[in-house]
Amino acid sequence: MAKIKGTIVIDRERCKGCGVCIASCPCDVLSLSSEVNSKGYPVAQMANPDACIGCASCAVICPDSVITVYRQKIN
Amino acid sequence: MAEVEIKKENLVYAKPRLMLDNIIHYCPGCSHGTVHKLVAEVIDELGLAEKAVGISPVGCSVFAYNYIDIDWVEAAHGRALAIASAMKRLMPDKMIFTYQGDGDLSAIGTAESIHAAARGENVVTIYINNAIYGMTGGQMAPTTLLGMKTATTPYGRDPRLNGYPYKIAEMMAHLDGATYITRQSVHTPANVRKCKNAIKKAFQRSMEGKGFSFVEVVSTCNSGWKMTPVAANKWLEENMLPFYPLGDIKEVK
Repeated sequence: MAKIKGTIVIDRERCKGCGVCIASCPCDVLSLSSEVNSKGYPVAQMANPDACIGCASCAVICPDSVITVYRQKIN
Repeated sequence: MAEVEIKKENLVYAKPRLMLDNIIHYCPGCSHGTVHKLVAEVIDELGLAEKAVGISPVGCSVFAYNYIDIDWVEAAHGRALAIASAMKRLMPDKMIFTYQGDGDLSAIGTAESIHAAARGENVVTIYINNAIYGMTGGQMAPTTLLGMKTATTPYGRDPRLNGYPYKIAEMMAHLDGATYITRQSVHTPANVRKCKNAIKKAFQRSMEGKGFSFVEVVSTCNSGWKMTPVAANKWLEENMLPFYPLGDIKEVK
Protein backbone atom coordinates (compact mmCIF):
# COMPACT_ATOMS: atom_id res chain seq x y z
CA MET A 1 0.00 0.00 0.00
CA ALA A 2 1.23 3.45 -0.86
CA LYS A 3 2.20 5.53 2.09
CA ILE A 4 2.96 9.21 2.49
CA LYS A 5 6.28 9.77 4.17
CA GLY A 6 8.04 12.93 5.04
CA THR A 7 11.39 14.10 6.17
CA ILE A 8 12.88 17.39 7.27
CA VAL A 9 16.24 19.07 6.92
CA ILE A 10 17.26 21.34 9.79
CA ASP A 11 19.68 24.19 9.40
CA ARG A 12 21.56 23.44 12.60
CA GLU A 13 23.51 26.68 12.72
CA ARG A 14 20.36 28.84 12.58
CA CYS A 15 18.32 26.75 15.03
CA LYS A 16 17.98 28.25 18.50
CA GLY A 17 16.52 25.16 20.16
CA CYS A 18 13.31 26.87 21.27
CA GLY A 19 11.42 23.58 21.04
CA VAL A 20 8.23 25.06 19.56
CA CYS A 21 8.48 22.59 16.66
CA ILE A 22 8.68 19.66 19.07
CA ALA A 23 5.47 20.70 20.80
CA SER A 24 3.75 21.25 17.42
CA CYS A 25 4.60 17.90 15.83
CA PRO A 26 1.49 15.69 15.75
CA CYS A 27 3.58 12.53 15.37
CA ASP A 28 6.23 13.06 18.07
CA VAL A 29 9.05 12.94 15.57
CA LEU A 30 11.27 15.65 16.98
CA SER A 31 13.50 16.13 20.00
CA LEU A 32 16.36 18.37 21.05
CA SER A 33 19.87 17.12 20.42
CA SER A 34 22.29 16.51 23.25
CA GLU A 35 25.13 18.20 21.35
CA VAL A 36 24.97 21.92 20.67
CA ASN A 37 25.67 24.11 17.65
CA SER A 38 28.39 26.75 17.48
CA LYS A 39 26.18 29.25 19.32
CA GLY A 40 25.67 26.79 22.18
CA TYR A 41 22.04 25.94 21.46
CA PRO A 42 20.79 22.36 21.48
CA VAL A 43 19.08 21.93 18.12
CA ALA A 44 15.94 20.19 16.89
CA GLN A 45 16.51 16.76 15.38
CA MET A 46 14.44 13.86 14.07
CA ALA A 47 14.40 11.36 16.91
CA ASN A 48 11.78 9.18 15.26
CA PRO A 49 12.13 9.79 11.50
CA ASP A 50 9.91 6.88 10.44
CA ALA A 51 6.85 8.57 11.97
CA CYS A 52 7.19 11.78 9.92
CA ILE A 53 4.30 12.40 7.53
CA GLY A 54 5.67 15.64 6.08
CA CYS A 55 2.79 17.77 7.39
CA ALA A 56 5.13 20.78 7.79
CA SER A 57 3.62 21.85 11.13
CA CYS A 58 7.13 22.18 12.56
CA ALA A 59 8.33 24.31 9.67
CA VAL A 60 5.23 26.51 9.63
CA ILE A 61 5.64 27.50 13.26
CA CYS A 62 9.46 27.70 13.35
CA PRO A 63 10.32 31.34 14.17
CA ASP A 64 13.76 31.08 12.62
CA SER A 65 12.74 29.38 9.35
CA VAL A 66 15.30 26.62 9.83
CA ILE A 67 13.20 23.65 8.73
CA THR A 68 12.77 22.47 5.14
CA VAL A 69 10.16 19.76 4.58
CA TYR A 70 10.02 17.06 1.91
CA ARG A 71 7.20 14.62 1.31
CA GLN A 72 6.91 11.62 -0.98
CA LYS A 73 4.47 8.83 -1.74
CA ILE A 74 6.25 5.54 -1.20
CA ASN A 75 4.87 2.36 -2.72
CA MET B 1 11.32 1.24 4.21
CA ALA B 2 12.50 3.54 1.44
CA GLU B 3 13.63 6.98 2.45
CA VAL B 4 12.14 10.24 1.23
CA GLU B 5 14.38 11.70 -1.45
CA ILE B 6 15.64 15.22 -0.87
CA LYS B 7 14.77 16.75 -4.21
CA LYS B 8 12.80 19.66 -5.54
CA GLU B 9 9.74 17.64 -6.60
CA ASN B 10 9.24 16.50 -3.02
CA LEU B 11 9.70 19.92 -1.45
CA VAL B 12 6.75 20.92 0.72
CA TYR B 13 8.01 23.84 2.74
CA ALA B 14 11.16 25.93 2.75
CA LYS B 15 12.35 29.25 4.09
CA PRO B 16 10.47 31.99 2.19
CA ARG B 17 12.41 33.44 -0.73
CA LEU B 18 12.19 36.97 0.66
CA MET B 19 13.60 36.06 4.08
CA LEU B 20 17.28 37.01 4.04
CA ASP B 21 19.97 34.72 5.39
CA ASN B 22 20.78 36.98 8.35
CA ILE B 23 20.24 35.16 11.62
CA ILE B 24 17.35 36.96 13.29
CA HIS B 25 18.21 38.56 16.61
CA TYR B 26 14.99 37.63 18.42
CA CYS B 27 15.07 35.38 21.45
CA PRO B 28 14.52 31.66 20.80
CA GLY B 29 10.82 30.97 20.22
CA CYS B 30 9.80 34.63 19.75
CA SER B 31 6.61 35.14 17.75
CA HIS B 32 8.25 37.93 15.73
CA GLY B 33 10.19 35.42 13.63
CA THR B 34 7.03 33.52 12.70
CA VAL B 35 5.18 36.71 11.74
CA HIS B 36 8.16 37.98 9.70
CA LYS B 37 8.07 34.73 7.81
CA LEU B 38 4.35 35.10 7.09
CA VAL B 39 4.84 38.66 5.85
CA ALA B 40 7.64 37.49 3.54
CA GLU B 41 5.55 34.59 2.22
CA VAL B 42 2.45 36.69 1.59
CA ILE B 43 4.34 39.48 -0.19
CA ASP B 44 5.99 36.90 -2.44
CA GLU B 45 2.72 35.07 -3.16
CA LEU B 46 0.96 38.32 -4.09
CA GLY B 47 3.88 39.33 -6.33
CA LEU B 48 4.38 42.56 -4.38
CA ALA B 49 8.13 42.23 -3.72
CA GLU B 50 8.87 45.28 -5.86
CA LYS B 51 5.90 47.26 -4.58
CA ALA B 52 5.93 46.59 -0.86
CA VAL B 53 7.40 49.13 1.53
CA GLY B 54 7.47 48.28 5.22
CA ILE B 55 7.73 50.78 8.03
CA SER B 56 9.64 49.28 10.92
CA PRO B 57 9.00 50.53 14.44
CA VAL B 58 11.02 51.05 17.56
CA GLY B 59 10.96 47.97 19.73
CA CYS B 60 12.29 44.46 19.28
CA SER B 61 11.26 44.49 15.61
CA VAL B 62 13.30 47.62 14.89
CA PHE B 63 15.62 45.50 12.74
CA ALA B 64 12.83 44.00 10.62
CA TYR B 65 14.52 45.61 7.61
CA ASN B 66 17.48 43.28 8.04
CA TYR B 67 15.36 40.20 7.54
CA ILE B 68 12.82 40.73 4.76
CA ASP B 69 14.14 41.61 1.32
CA ILE B 70 11.84 44.52 0.44
CA ASP B 71 12.10 48.28 0.85
CA TRP B 72 11.85 49.58 4.40
CA VAL B 73 11.72 52.86 6.25
CA GLU B 74 12.56 53.18 9.91
CA ALA B 75 10.16 55.45 11.81
CA ALA B 76 10.60 57.45 14.99
CA HIS B 77 9.06 55.73 17.99
CA GLY B 78 5.30 55.32 17.46
CA ARG B 79 5.18 57.38 14.27
CA ALA B 80 5.11 54.54 11.75
CA LEU B 81 1.54 55.20 10.64
CA ALA B 82 2.23 58.91 10.10
CA ILE B 83 5.04 57.99 7.70
CA ALA B 84 2.93 55.26 6.11
CA SER B 85 0.09 57.73 5.48
CA ALA B 86 2.39 60.14 3.68
CA MET B 87 4.06 57.42 1.66
CA LYS B 88 0.79 55.90 0.50
CA ARG B 89 -0.51 59.31 -0.58
CA LEU B 90 2.67 60.10 -2.48
CA MET B 91 3.04 56.64 -4.00
CA PRO B 92 -0.46 55.15 -4.24
CA ASP B 93 0.68 52.20 -6.35
CA LYS B 94 2.95 50.90 -3.57
CA MET B 95 1.81 48.49 -0.88
CA ILE B 96 2.63 50.24 2.37
CA PHE B 97 2.47 48.46 5.69
CA THR B 98 3.69 49.11 9.19
CA TYR B 99 4.97 46.45 11.54
CA GLN B 100 4.58 47.58 15.14
CA GLY B 101 4.56 46.22 18.64
CA ASP B 102 2.21 47.10 21.46
CA GLY B 103 4.66 49.52 23.03
CA ASP B 104 5.10 51.37 19.76
CA LEU B 105 1.52 51.42 18.49
CA SER B 106 -0.67 51.43 21.56
CA ALA B 107 1.52 53.44 23.94
CA ILE B 108 3.72 56.15 22.44
CA GLY B 109 2.06 56.01 19.02
CA THR B 110 -1.62 55.98 20.01
CA ALA B 111 -2.42 59.36 18.47
CA GLU B 112 -0.80 58.64 15.10
CA SER B 113 -2.33 55.19 14.95
CA ILE B 114 -5.88 56.19 15.85
CA HIS B 115 -5.89 59.11 13.42
CA ALA B 116 -4.45 57.09 10.54
CA ALA B 117 -7.28 54.61 11.11
CA ALA B 118 -9.87 57.39 11.37
CA ARG B 119 -8.66 58.94 8.10
CA GLY B 120 -8.99 55.55 6.43
CA GLU B 121 -5.49 55.50 4.97
CA ASN B 122 -5.03 52.60 2.54
CA VAL B 123 -2.26 51.01 4.55
CA VAL B 124 -1.92 47.86 6.60
CA THR B 125 -0.73 47.62 10.18
CA ILE B 126 0.62 44.40 11.62
CA TYR B 127 0.39 44.80 15.35
CA ILE B 128 2.32 42.44 17.61
CA ASN B 129 0.68 42.38 21.01
CA ASN B 130 2.68 40.51 23.62
CA ALA B 131 1.37 42.49 26.61
CA ILE B 132 4.80 43.65 27.68
CA TYR B 133 7.66 45.98 26.73
CA GLY B 134 9.99 43.28 25.47
CA MET B 135 13.03 45.20 24.25
CA THR B 136 13.56 47.31 27.35
CA GLY B 137 13.41 44.39 29.76
CA GLY B 138 9.82 43.33 30.34
CA GLN B 139 8.13 46.38 31.86
CA MET B 140 4.37 46.84 32.03
CA ALA B 141 2.72 47.94 28.78
CA PRO B 142 -0.78 49.41 28.33
CA THR B 143 -1.79 45.95 27.11
CA THR B 144 -0.47 44.08 30.17
CA LEU B 145 -3.19 41.87 31.65
CA LEU B 146 -4.56 42.54 35.13
CA GLY B 147 -2.57 40.58 37.69
CA MET B 148 0.26 39.94 35.23
CA LYS B 149 3.75 40.19 36.72
CA THR B 150 6.26 42.37 34.90
CA ALA B 151 9.49 44.14 35.87
CA THR B 152 7.51 47.22 36.95
CA THR B 153 4.52 45.37 38.42
CA PRO B 154 6.29 42.67 40.44
CA TYR B 155 3.12 41.89 42.43
CA GLY B 156 0.93 41.82 39.34
CA ARG B 157 -0.87 44.65 37.55
CA ASP B 158 -3.25 46.33 39.99
CA PRO B 159 -5.98 48.44 38.34
CA ARG B 160 -6.07 50.91 41.26
CA LEU B 161 -2.40 51.71 40.75
CA ASN B 162 -1.72 50.83 37.11
CA GLY B 163 -5.09 51.22 35.41
CA TYR B 164 -6.76 48.74 33.08
CA PRO B 165 -5.44 47.16 29.87
CA TYR B 166 -7.14 48.23 26.68
CA LYS B 167 -7.93 46.67 23.33
CA ILE B 168 -6.88 48.99 20.55
CA ALA B 169 -8.34 46.71 17.87
CA GLU B 170 -11.84 47.08 19.31
CA MET B 171 -11.28 50.83 19.68
CA MET B 172 -10.33 51.15 16.03
CA ALA B 173 -13.35 49.10 15.01
CA HIS B 174 -15.51 52.10 15.96
CA LEU B 175 -13.80 54.24 13.34
CA ASP B 176 -15.38 54.40 9.90
CA GLY B 177 -11.99 54.61 8.15
CA ALA B 178 -10.87 51.25 9.52
CA THR B 179 -12.46 48.62 7.32
CA TYR B 180 -10.73 45.36 8.20
CA ILE B 181 -9.77 44.57 11.77
CA THR B 182 -8.80 41.11 12.87
CA ARG B 183 -7.02 39.46 15.75
CA GLN B 184 -4.88 36.39 15.17
CA SER B 185 -2.14 34.45 16.93
CA VAL B 186 0.80 32.27 15.91
CA HIS B 187 1.02 29.87 18.86
CA THR B 188 -0.04 26.75 16.95
CA PRO B 189 0.49 25.70 13.30
CA ALA B 190 -3.27 26.09 12.63
CA ASN B 191 -3.25 29.63 13.99
CA VAL B 192 -0.17 30.45 11.94
CA ARG B 193 -2.02 29.42 8.80
CA LYS B 194 -5.08 31.49 9.75
CA CYS B 195 -2.86 34.46 10.51
CA LYS B 196 -1.26 34.16 7.10
CA ASN B 197 -4.67 34.31 5.44
CA ALA B 198 -5.55 37.41 7.45
CA ILE B 199 -2.32 39.16 6.46
CA LYS B 200 -2.93 38.23 2.84
CA LYS B 201 -6.45 39.60 2.95
CA ALA B 202 -5.22 42.84 4.54
CA PHE B 203 -2.54 43.34 1.88
CA GLN B 204 -5.04 42.66 -0.90
CA ARG B 205 -7.54 45.11 0.57
CA SER B 206 -4.83 47.75 0.77
CA MET B 207 -4.07 47.35 -2.93
CA GLU B 208 -7.79 47.50 -3.74
CA GLY B 209 -8.07 50.83 -1.91
CA LYS B 210 -10.56 49.57 0.63
CA GLY B 211 -9.27 51.56 3.59
CA PHE B 212 -7.26 50.90 6.69
CA SER B 213 -6.55 47.29 7.66
CA PHE B 214 -5.32 46.19 11.04
CA VAL B 215 -4.02 42.72 11.85
CA GLU B 216 -3.33 42.20 15.53
CA VAL B 217 -1.20 39.17 16.35
CA VAL B 218 -1.44 38.07 19.97
CA SER B 219 2.15 37.03 20.59
CA THR B 220 4.47 35.71 23.22
CA CYS B 221 7.49 37.31 24.85
CA ASN B 222 8.94 34.29 26.58
CA SER B 223 11.98 36.21 27.88
CA GLY B 224 9.82 39.00 29.29
CA TRP B 225 7.30 36.58 30.68
CA LYS B 226 10.16 34.49 32.18
CA MET B 227 9.02 31.22 30.63
CA THR B 228 10.22 28.67 28.10
CA PRO B 229 8.87 29.25 24.56
CA VAL B 230 6.56 26.24 24.80
CA ALA B 231 5.23 27.30 28.22
CA ALA B 232 4.72 30.83 26.89
CA ASN B 233 2.56 29.52 24.05
CA LYS B 234 0.47 27.63 26.61
CA TRP B 235 0.25 30.69 28.86
CA LEU B 236 -0.89 32.76 25.90
CA GLU B 237 -3.70 30.34 25.20
CA GLU B 238 -4.83 30.22 28.83
CA ASN B 239 -4.45 33.87 29.78
CA MET B 240 -4.12 36.14 26.76
CA LEU B 241 -6.83 34.66 24.55
CA PRO B 242 -9.71 35.03 27.06
CA PHE B 243 -8.99 38.79 27.16
CA TYR B 244 -7.91 39.16 23.54
CA PRO B 245 -10.28 36.77 21.71
CA LEU B 246 -9.26 35.73 18.21
CA GLY B 247 -11.21 36.33 15.04
CA ASP B 248 -12.36 39.07 12.69
CA ILE B 249 -13.63 42.10 14.59
CA LYS B 250 -14.76 44.13 11.62
CA GLU B 251 -14.87 43.66 7.88
CA VAL B 252 -16.52 46.13 5.56
CA LYS B 253 -17.09 44.49 2.17
